[in-house]
Amino acid sequence: MWGIIENIFPYAIVFTIPLLITALGALFSERSGVVNIGLEGLMIIGSFAGAYTISKLQDSYPGSAWTLWVGLAAAFCIGVLFSLLHAFASINLSANQVISGTAINMVASSLTVFLARNITGSGNIRIVQTFQSFDIPGLSDIPILGPLFFTKTYWTTWFILAVLLASTFLLYKTRLGLRLRACGENPHAAEAAGISVRRMRYLGVMISGGFAGLGGAIIISTYSGEFNGSVAGLGFLALAALIFGQWKPFGVLGATLFFGFASTIANVSQVIPQFQVIPSVILKVFPYVVTLLALVLFSKSSQAPKASGEPFESGKR
Amino acid sequence: MKKAIVSLLAIVLGLVAGALLMAVTGHDPIEGYRYLISGGLKNRERIGNTLATATPLILTGLSLAFSFRTGLFNIGAPGQMLFGGFCATAVGLTFDMPRALLLLAMALAAFIGGALWAFIPGLLKAKFNVHEVVSTIMMNWICYWVVYYGVPAYFKGPSLETESRLLPDKATLKTPFLTDLFNGSYVNMGLILAIIAVIVVSFIINKTTLGYELKAVGFNRDAAEYAGIAVNRGIVTSMLISGGLAGLGGLTQYAGNAANIQIGLLPSQGFDGIAVALLGASAPVGVLLSSIFFGVLYSGRGFMNAMTDIPPEIADTIIAIIIYFAATSILFERLISWISRRRGDKAAKPDKPDGLAETVKNVGKVGE
Repeated sequence: MWGIIENIFPYAIVFTIPLLITALGALFSERSGVVNIGLEGLMIIGSFAGAYTISKLQDSYPGSAWTLWVGLAAAFCIGVLFSLLHAFASINLSANQVISGTAINMVASSLTVFLARNITGSGNIRIVQTFQSFDIPGLSDIPILGPLFFTKTYWTTWFILAVLLASTFLLYKTRLGLRLRACGENPHAAEAAGISVRRMRYLGVMISGGFAGLGGAIIISTYSGEFNGSVAGLGFLALAALIFGQWKPFGVLGATLFFGFASTIANVSQVIPQFQVIPSVILKVFPYVVTLLALVLFSKSSQAPKASGEPFESGKR
Repeated sequence: MKKAIVSLLAIVLGLVAGALLMAVTGHDPIEGYRYLISGGLKNRERIGNTLATATPLILTGLSLAFSFRTGLFNIGAPGQMLFGGFCATAVGLTFDMPRALLLLAMALAAFIGGALWAFIPGLLKAKFNVHEVVSTIMMNWICYWVVYYGVPAYFKGPSLETESRLLPDKATLKTPFLTDLFNGSYVNMGLILAIIAVIVVSFIINKTTLGYELKAVGFNRDAAEYAGIAVNRGIVTSMLISGGLAGLGGLTQYAGNAANIQIGLLPSQGFDGIAVALLGASAPVGVLLSSIFFGVLYSGRGFMNAMTDIPPEIADTIIAIIIYFAATSILFERLISWISRRRGDKAAKPDKPDGLAETVKNVGKVGE
C-alpha cells in the first residue's frame, strides 16, 4: 500500500497545482466581493494562450526551456485581460455576476477553438516539449518525505507554492490585503474609510483571471501537452475547492490536495488492483459530493465573504 | 417593449462581433452570414432541421425561464437534461411495450430524472440556504460522471465505448408524418412536445395560483413569506418543474434528434438555455422565438463550414457573445433612458426599468 501511495503521490501533486493556483485566484476575487464562476473559461483561455505562445516559440527556438516560462507569462497576461470583461460587467455595470461568469465560460470555450481551427486547422495545438520532472538531489533521499514531495517534481510546483506563500502574506500581513478583504466583507465601511471599492474589486478579479490563466497553461506545460478546447471541469472543481477550503489560502491548499488525490486515484484505479474494489464513479463524484456536504455542514457557520456576489452601489446603505 | 429592444440590441451586437471576428481572421463576413442563414433556412428539410435543433433549446430555455421567475438560478440544466435523457434511454433500451406506452414511459422517466436531479439543490436551498448556483454546478459534474460510467456499464454499444446502443425505432420520437412534411429532415415529435410545454408553462406562470405564488417568491422572498406563501415549498416545486423541463429537453435530444447518448459531454443545450431564457426575457413565447433564432445559427453552421473555410465554432462564439451583451444589457437600458430623456420626454414617468416597476406592482398585490 505504501508503495502505491509513494508512486501516485507525485502525480497527485502535479494534478493539484493547476487547481490550487486557480482556486487561489478565485479567493482574491471572492474576498474582494466578486463571485467568479468564469474560472473554467479563464483556464481555457490560459491554456490556449500558453499553448499557442509555446508552440510558436518552440518552432523558432527548439529545445529551450525558457519558452515554457514565456508561455506561462503570456497565459497570465491574457487571463488578466480576459477577466476585465467580467470585472467591467460586474463592477461598473452591477450586472448579474453569475450570468457574466457563464458568458465568460462560453465565450472562452468557443472562441479559443474557433481561433485554434484558424491557426492549425484541427482545433488542437500541440507543444513539442513540456516541463521535465526531476528528483531534487539530497532532499529526495529523505525517508518518507523524500519520495512523496521531492521526487518527480516540477519547477512549476515550487513556483506555485511560492505564489501561495506570497499571496497569504499579501492578504493577511499587508495593508493592501486588509483593504481587499474589507471590500468583500463590508464595502460601505471600506468606502467610508477612504478605500476605492471598485479599484480593489478590479484588482481581485484581475488576479483571479491571471492565476486561472496560469493554471490553464500549467496543465498544458506539465501533464497534458496539448490544447483541445477544454479543461474538463477543473475550473468548477477549483470553485468547489475554494468553498471547501472556506476561502482561506491554506484551506484551499488542503482542499485542492484532497481533490487532486481523489482524481488521481480515480485515474489510476484501473491499473492498481487494490483500488479496483472501489468503483471509479465513486471516486470521480467524490469531490463534488463532499463539496455539497460541506456546503450543508458550513451553512450555519460559513466563512464566505459577506458581500461576495453583491454589486456595490456607492450610495446604497 | 423595452425588453424586446434590449434583446434585439444584444443580438445585433453579437452578430456585429461575429462579423468582426470573421474579418479579423481573414474571412468574408457577408459571405459567412449568407451561408449561415441559408444553411438554416434554405429549403424545407433545412427548416425542419433548424426546428429540430431548436427543440431541446426550447425546453431548456423554459426550464431556465421558470427558475428565473422564481428568483432561482438553475445553472444545473445541463446535468438535469443529461440525467433525464439517460433515464429515458434506459427505459427505451430496457422495456418492450407498445409504442405509445413506451414513449409515454420514456417522457415520464425523463421528466422525473431531471426533476430528481434538481430536487437535491432545491431541497438544500430550502432547508439549508445553500446557494443553488454552486450546488447545481456540483450536480452537473456528478451527473457527468454517473453517465460516463453508467452508459458503458449497462448500455454499451456494439462498437464504441463512448456511446450507448441505438434506441429501437419505436423508442424514438421520429415520426414519418413530420419527416415527410419536412422532406426527410430529422425533426420529430419533440417539437410538438416543446410547443405544448410552451403553452403549459405560460399557463402555469400567468394563470394559476402556483405560478402566482412562485413569481411572488421570486420578486421578494420575505414579502411572499409574510403573505403566507410557503416559500420553501415553492422553491422546491420550482426546481422540480424546472428540472423536469430540462429532463424533457434531454428526451428530445437523445431520443429524438439523436438515437443514443454520448458520454464525456455535458450537453451544450443546457448552458444555451441560459442564453435563450435571457434573450426571451424569461417569457415562454420569447423563449420559443430565441430558440428558433439559435436553431438557425446552429443548424446553418455546418453548411457555412462546408461552403467557406470559416470554422463552425463561430456560431457558438456569436451565441456566447450575445449572452455577455444580455448580461450587460443594463448599459443599453441606461442608453435608452438617456436618449428618451434627451428627446425632451421630461413629463415621462420616473426613470425606473420595467422589471423593477413590475416587481413593485406585483409585490403590492400579494397582501390582498
